Amino acid sequence: MKQTAFLLLLMMGSFSLFAQSEKYQKAMQQRIAEMETAVQNGNMPALANTFERIADAEKNQWLPYYYAAYCQVMTALLEQDKSKVDPIADKAEVLLKKAEALAGGANSEINVIYSMIATAHLTVDPAARWMQYGQSSSAFLEKAKAQDPTNPRPLYLEGQSKFYTPEQFGGGKAAAAQVLEKAIAMFDQFKPASELHPTWGKAAAQYFLAQCK
Amino acid sequence: MIKIRALNHLILLLLLFISQLAALGQTTLRGRLLTPKGKPVPGASLAIKDSYDGATSDSTGRFQFETTEKGRQLLQVTAIGYKPVEEWLELNGSPVDLQLILKEAIDELKAVVVTAGSFEASDTKRTTVLSSIDVVTTASANADVTAALRTLPGTQQIGEREGLFVRGGSGEEARVFIDGTLVNNFFYSALPDLATRGRFSPFLFKGTVFSSGGYSALYGQALSGALILETIDLPDQSSASLGVSSVGLSGGYQHLNKKKTASWGANYGYTNLYPYFQLVKQRPDYFRIPAFHGGDANFRIKTSKTGILKFYSTIQANQLGIRTPDIDSGSLKNAFGLTNYNIYTNLAWKERLGKKWKLFLGTSYSLNRDDIENRLQDQDNKDQFIPVQPYVSKSFDVDASGSLLQVKTVFDRRLGSGLSVLRFGGEWLYFKDNVKFRDTISRNNLQEDQFKAGFAELDVYITNNLAAKLGTRVEHSSLLNRANIVPRLSMAYKLGEKGQASLAYGIFFQKPERNQLLLNPDLRFTKAAHYIANYQVINSSYTFRAEVFYKKYEELVKTFPSADNSGDGYAKGIEFFWRDKKTIEGVDYWVSYSYLDTKRDYLNFPGSLQPNFAANHTASLVVKKFITKWKTQFNASYSFATGRPYYNIRFDQGANKFILADQGKTIPFNNLSLSVNFLPAIGKTGAKSFTVWVLSINNVLNQNQIFNYNYSYDGLTRRPIRPAANQFFFIGCFFSFGVDRSQDVINSNL
Repeated sequence: MKQTAFLLLLMMGSFSLFAQSEKYQKAMQQRIAEMETAVQNGNMPALANTFERIADAEKNQWLPYYYAAYCQVMTALLEQDKSKVDPIADKAEVLLKKAEALAGGANSEINVIYSMIATAHLTVDPAARWMQYGQSSSAFLEKAKAQDPTNPRPLYLEGQSKFYTPEQFGGGKAAAAQVLEKAIAMFDQFKPASELHPTWGKAAAQYFLAQCK
Repeated sequence: MIKIRALNHLILLLLLFISQLAALGQTTLRGRLLTPKGKPVPGASLAIKDSYDGATSDSTGRFQFETTEKGRQLLQVTAIGYKPVEEWLELNGSPVDLQLILKEAIDELKAVVVTAGSFEASDTKRTTVLSSIDVVTTASANADVTAALRTLPGTQQIGEREGLFVRGGSGEEARVFIDGTLVNNFFYSALPDLATRGRFSPFLFKGTVFSSGGYSALYGQALSGALILETIDLPDQSSASLGVSSVGLSGGYQHLNKKKTASWGANYGYTNLYPYFQLVKQRPDYFRIPAFHGGDANFRIKTSKTGILKFYSTIQANQLGIRTPDIDSGSLKNAFGLTNYNIYTNLAWKERLGKKWKLFLGTSYSLNRDDIENRLQDQDNKDQFIPVQPYVSKSFDVDASGSLLQVKTVFDRRLGSGLSVLRFGGEWLYFKDNVKFRDTISRNNLQEDQFKAGFAELDVYITNNLAAKLGTRVEHSSLLNRANIVPRLSMAYKLGEKGQASLAYGIFFQKPERNQLLLNPDLRFTKAAHYIANYQVINSSYTFRAEVFYKKYEELVKTFPSADNSGDGYAKGIEFFWRDKKTIEGVDYWVSYSYLDTKRDYLNFPGSLQPNFAANHTASLVVKKFITKWKTQFNASYSFATGRPYYNIRFDQGANKFILADQGKTIPFNNLSLSVNFLPAIGKTGAKSFTVWVLSINNVLNQNQIFNYNYSYDGLTRRPIRPAANQFFFIGCFFSFGVDRSQDVINSNL
């Protein structure tokens, strides 16, 4: 009798676990799909909150925190009022730190977001902040490249930064196009570790490449 | 009738059943988030704890969402810039209407900062008036920290003496602090009628606070202003540097360990003006060409995640000799020779102790030695001795040595969960000055002072919009055998998003100068009270500041009719500052204007006079532009000041007192300076060296500058005090190896 009860409990437990993970998969897939149009819809802040709720509820998944951080840093980068950028970028960093802890360290994808956070801080006052944030932003990208040479996102960000850098400084459209083309080729090859792992960036890379021509 | 009732019952039952079903499924939560003042809070996150359910508030602070959770659940509300709110809810299917109030979180970036009296240049996240790179790229500054500050309101354009002359105060009344401790001899040793530069490179500092009044209780012994400098932390990378310029050579190395937890470095510079003086004619005859040796060494160690220990030491040796025509006779000359040795060492440790406490411990030692020989010479530059006044006092030797050892400690205790902090600590300074003076007779004077001070300061943040700083300071000087206790108060109130108003009040004491104590060892502290009101609007594209002040001097030292503390004075004025980085594409400029009304009766003044170091109107314009195509930054600055008064204060034997034998006003001061920085290595990816070319010209328009007048002994001749040369040219090339700085320069100019 006791055994049956135990078995039943176990079954119920695993059933709810299964249900839970299915719920997680579904929720994440839906939200990740929403990310594609979030920039145009102005939906990034709300999505960031949604990912954070999933992350807080799940407690041991790094991806929802990763996406929450990504959505926050995108919010920071899109913010026109520069005085609001720092607190949003700080919030992104708090979320990313949680992702890092759950992922067992800063992997290539996490370092990409660290680079974006540094860039967000930099945009507030480039002249005064280059020392600190300019360097760390490119250092994080280099780290991300080294950790996963197949990851196209650091290359896409490098191309984007070249796009905004004047030719005299080694940037410009021609230089950007070179890097972006490489990035797009890598996007085509890139295989995410799961359905939920990051795949973003290709459309934006194509957009910038089109602007280069 | 009955039927209908039954039907009604049935419908009611059905309805009840349906709503029960709905209750089993979902509960609707809706409502609004507001600030205590009733403003909506948009973008806030609402979440039922441990569930996916939640929402984000819209632009009117409203929200609505459904949840499948049931029973007692915790609703968590978070928003950037607000304190989080939690609320227990009973979820049973019936809609929940909520109106929640979110209180602003007190945070460092948003919180009001007391700005009355002080200008900050740093790279913190908070928007500051200047960044540390501004100090280096101001055209007129020639990489001199204090010269850059002379483009800010409140400072005078003084070219005949070193120091910062702040709001009617003399150069001695503003003091410099590095990493918390006082620096004696911040400037190169004084020369007759010529200003000297600061001894310290601006690249040594990451943060600068320039206070033109009302400064913190942590500092003292400066009647008018304080310049508080903070040295840099660990470098980003190991690197070597080499510089060649029209005035000398320099080289250095900085090493950063692999873990990036410690660094050490050393630099050496040699300046010799011989080649420059061959090309650019100087007014005085330099019989000993100025030559400066300077070496420095540093190490910086991270003692923990939050702590850093910094050491900096410099040793300097320099010499020069200047010959000028003697003012009392047409045929004689006055020759001034100086040899100077200087050692400065600073060791500072900062550490966080637990969550609430911070500790600062600083110590510094400095030793300065000036050997001066002043001679009266004939046309063949042969020494002459004429034993009658005024000539007898023109042949003398001075050997002056001064040392300062000090220790300072400051504890920070965070109060509550906000930004309020209690700061307290103490300092001990041991001054030893030995002066040997020899003309017809030899005199020796040794002065020692053990100076102790204790201070406490409370930063109270009542809200993000209202802050106050309450401080007090107790000082005791063994030399004067006197103590004082002073209050320091300031507060700031935020007006709207970017604007704020601040007020500051404080009493400041300062020891009399060494030579004044020779006349009367019983002199007391001199005293000034500051009253400052300030309004400031600041954001990332522009800054506007307006400040009014009133300063009352008491107990100033009089040297006649008797040496005592019977002097007094006042200074009042209004100052404006405007900086704009946005209006003109790619151009960053600032304008400052100061109006000053000041008079004082001190030293041998026959009454209350506007001192000769105070101009009524001062203005500066600084412009910076980077031209990407040429990889070149252009900097220009223009400074203007109305004429300053000059006096011939003579002793009248008949009246047995000092009288104003002559007075007037100098011509206005004008100075246009340009500098160009050319960075050819930019954009060469992977370059292992980085080069900066610097060209600068001071007083481009070759305008005549007269700072003051000297009078002959008989008062019949007066001679203008002018710079050693109208213009100053500088060209230099600086390399750094092992570091690709392109990215820095690019980012700083995007």
